[in-house]
Formats: sequence, C-alpha cells, structure tokens
Amino acid sequence: MAKPRLILDNAAIDLIISRFALQIMEDQASDEVVAIVGLQPRGVEFSRRIFARVKEFFPENNLLYGELDITFHRDDVGRGEQILVPKETYLRFSTENIKIILVDDVLYTGRSVRAALDAIVNFGRPKQVELMTLIDRRYNRELPISPDYAGATVDSRSTGEKVKVDWLDNDNKVWLIEKVKK
Amino acid sequence: MANRKSKEIESTAMQHLLGIKDLDVSSIHTIFSTADQFKGVINSPTRKTPALRDVTIANVFFENSTRTRISFELAQKRLGADVVNFSSSSSSVSKGETLIDTINNILSMKVDMVVLRHPSPGACKFLARHVNSKIINAGDGTHEHPTQALLDAYSIREKFGDVGGKKIAIVGDILHSRVALSNIYCLQKLGAEVTLCGPRSLIPYQIEELGVKVSYNLQETLEWCDVANMLRIQHERQDVKYFPSLREYASLYGLTMDKLNALSKEITIMHPGPINRGVEVTSEVADSNQSIILQQVENGVAIRMAVLFLLAQSKLNKIIH
Repeated sequence: MAKPRLILDNAAIDLIISRFALQIMEDQASDEVVAIVGLQPRGVEFSRRIFARVKEFFPENNLLYGELDITFHRDDVGRGEQILVPKETYLRFSTENIKIILVDDVLYTGRSVRAALDAIVNFGRPKQVELMTLIDRRYNRELPISPDYAGATVDSRSTGEKVKVDWLDNDNKVWLIEKVKK
Repeated sequence: MANRKSKEIESTAMQHLLGIKDLDVSSIHTIFSTADQFKGVINSPTRKTPALRDVTIANVFFENSTRTRISFELAQKRLGADVVNFSSSSSSVSKGETLIDTINNILSMKVDMVVLRHPSPGACKFLARHVNSKIINAGDGTHEHPTQALLDAYSIREKFGDVGGKKIAIVGDILHSRVALSNIYCLQKLGAEVTLCGPRSLIPYQIEELGVKVSYNLQETLEWCDVANMLRIQHERQDVKYFPSLREYASLYGLTMDKLNALSKEITIMHPGPINRGVEVTSEVADSNQSIILQQVENGVAIRMAVLFLLAQSKLNKIIH
C-alpha cells in the first residue's frame, strides 16, 4: 500500500472553518433564518466546528444547528455487505421556510446528499438548501450535485483512492489513501 | 465501531427473528437504538420513510390478532414496504393445504419476508428451515412472541433509562403465555430480575430452571417489583379449568387500585393486551398514570420498524439453516 498523502493539515482545515463561518454570515440576509445541518456520521464533526466558529465570531447570531441521519433514505439499503444502523437525528426546529446548509466532510458520488435532500423535507419545506463540504472529489459524481461551499478539491479519476478525514481535538488532517489493488 | 456491530448482527440469528432465546444482547441493543430513530420518524410530520420501498412483506396470521397485526402493518407501511395480508379463516388452509405449501405459494409471488403467527409452538422455526424467506415470529402458540418482549423491554428502558437491575414481575397465566417466555429471556439478557406470580396451576412446572423466582402471593410480589406486567388469562388455550372462577382469580391475582395504594412505593403497570378489564387489572388501574399500556402500543410500531429494517438488509442468499 502506498503511503497516505496529506492533503490538508490542521492549520489549513482551521482556515477553511473560519472562511466558511464568515461566508455563512456574509451570505445571510438580515431577516433570514439559517440552519447548519451536519450529516451523520462524519459530517457532524465538521458541522459542530463550523457552528462553534460562527458563535465565536458572532455570539449574538441566531444560527440554528441540527444533525441529520440519512440511513432510512439511502438508495442502497439491503444492497451492501454491511447492515446499516442509524445514528441520531437531532433537529429541534421546523425546516419550513428557512435556509438550510447541509454539511458533510467529503462529497464523492453525491448519493448521501441526495438522501439528505430527501430526509430534510420530512421536517418541513425549506426556503433554500445549500451544500457545504470540506473536500469536493470532482469527476466522481454519480448524480448532478455540486457544493455551494467547498474547502478543497481533490481531482482523482481513480476509484482505488480514498479520502480520509481524521477529526482529533487539535490535530485535524485530511489524507489521500491509495487502496491495495486486488 | 459500526462495522463491528454490523458483523455481530450478521453472525447471529438476525437472518430471522424466531425468538428472543437465540438473540444476543448486542442485537437487542441495536434494535433498541434503531427503534429510537424510528420513534423520531413516526413523530415527525410525515411519519414515514422510504427505507424498504423495494421490499414486499406478507403478514400471515393463523390466529386472531388486533394489535400485533395492525402494529406490523403500520410499521411496514411507514417503512414504505408493500404489504399483503393473509388470514387462515378466509384461505385455502381450510381446504387442506399444508403450511409449507401455503407459504411457498405466497413466496412464489415474489414476497421477501413473512410475518407469521401460528397456534403451533415452533411453527416459525420449522418454516425457517423449509422455505427460502426471512421469517418474523409474531407469536407461535405458547412458545415465543419476540417483538412483544422487545417492545416491553424497550418501554421499560424508556421509562427507567435502563433495564439492567430492574425488578420485573410477570403476573397471571404464565403457562399459556408466549409473552411471558419471551419476556423472561429478553429481560434476563438485559440484566433484569424476574419474578413470576400466579396461581400454582398456571405456573409451568420447573420454570425456576430459567433462573426466575416464583411467588404465589401477589401483594408480596408487587411490593418487591419496579414493574408489574399483568398477563391476560388465555381462555382460548385453556382446555381444562385451571382455577375455580374468574371472580376468585380476580380477587387473588387481579390488580386493583386498593392493592396498588397499599404499597410503600409507586410501581409501573404494563399489559400486553388485550385487557380483560376487571379480571387481571381493573379499569381504574389500566387507565391510571402508573400504567404505560398505551406507550407499549406506541413503542410496538417503532420496535417492529427496527426489526423489519434490520432484517430486510441481510441478503436472502445468506440464510443458513
């Protein structure tokens, strides 16, 4: 197996979090209600940090926060080797007529995002839905979905590669790992 | 973590749900945590998910049922599955068709899972060996009723936070009750203490072998327990008289407000339904705020959704028996 290649180090990720926090504030209209919704399981690590950063920069802001599990809306239930077990959905507000920013760590095939779009309307009809992702793996999309906010892009046509995000307290890293060829 | 859990489920009896006896503790916990999420779904505005939209399920009931059947059907519909219902009274069973033939005929119409209720103990296990489908036991004679035990334990967990260490009394017709047997297995696996209480004629011989205590005194049992699960007297299974009269049974083993008020603490009352009001519990008790009978029914849908969802994911070709 080839050595994992570091794509983003802690400082770069931290910068992206700050940039996204500021962008969210910049894009928010004065009378607009915005909610950050992290996708379970891996998107929530990123969304929690972004939410905390917004609150750090703008303590008065009324930004809403939720976490969404998409298991029941996936299109591969019963097709994979693994049994899917849902994680917690934490959404204590109606999504009716507000702006939702879906947050995930890696955007790859786009299927999780499709499931998330399906899942989010269970809680009301949002005014607008945007997608924020730490890594955008271009050229691998299986559905017509693209991010509104992308931290970094990884251009790889090879299916033998994997992007791995390590969320640690003060040492976040993104790796590109080449899988062992069978 | 998720991977390890998945593998555990894969390797256990989760290909079918035939009984609690063969279910391991981690599978029970997985069912509970999945049910937590489904409870969120059924309380959301849409109340539905499309998770099993490409699955067809047959509910095959050879015995009468209201709650279990509606609960299964609602669970299936809220998962987006296609449902067919079968009841023995209006079918070819009365023309002499065997159980395997009946099920195989249903399966040949491309049905993926069967929910079976049958008066013969072991019917589900028998079927699981002989047909190529996933079987969920919705009650087989006096043997097991696993989804009821799961929803009972889930309701206790919801009320107290944990089942472990709790003292549960199961009162009434233990001899004919599949709910009692499944409950004993389930509660013990989750670390609860179980005491059975009822007239001597309705307590199975050597039931203590399962590690439960037996008491013939209702008041003592109530004083001991945190939760009392009051079972129905199953007239339809009683071929001989097990006690002199219903009135005598009600006065000795029926739960009244007076008996509850005489206790030094407040206990929780459960009942798997249907209730014979005035026999095992009075109306006053059944409708009191100590009773969680209707919560049990609500949790039944979430538990059955969880069981169906988890089972539907294991591939048909992996069934090994």
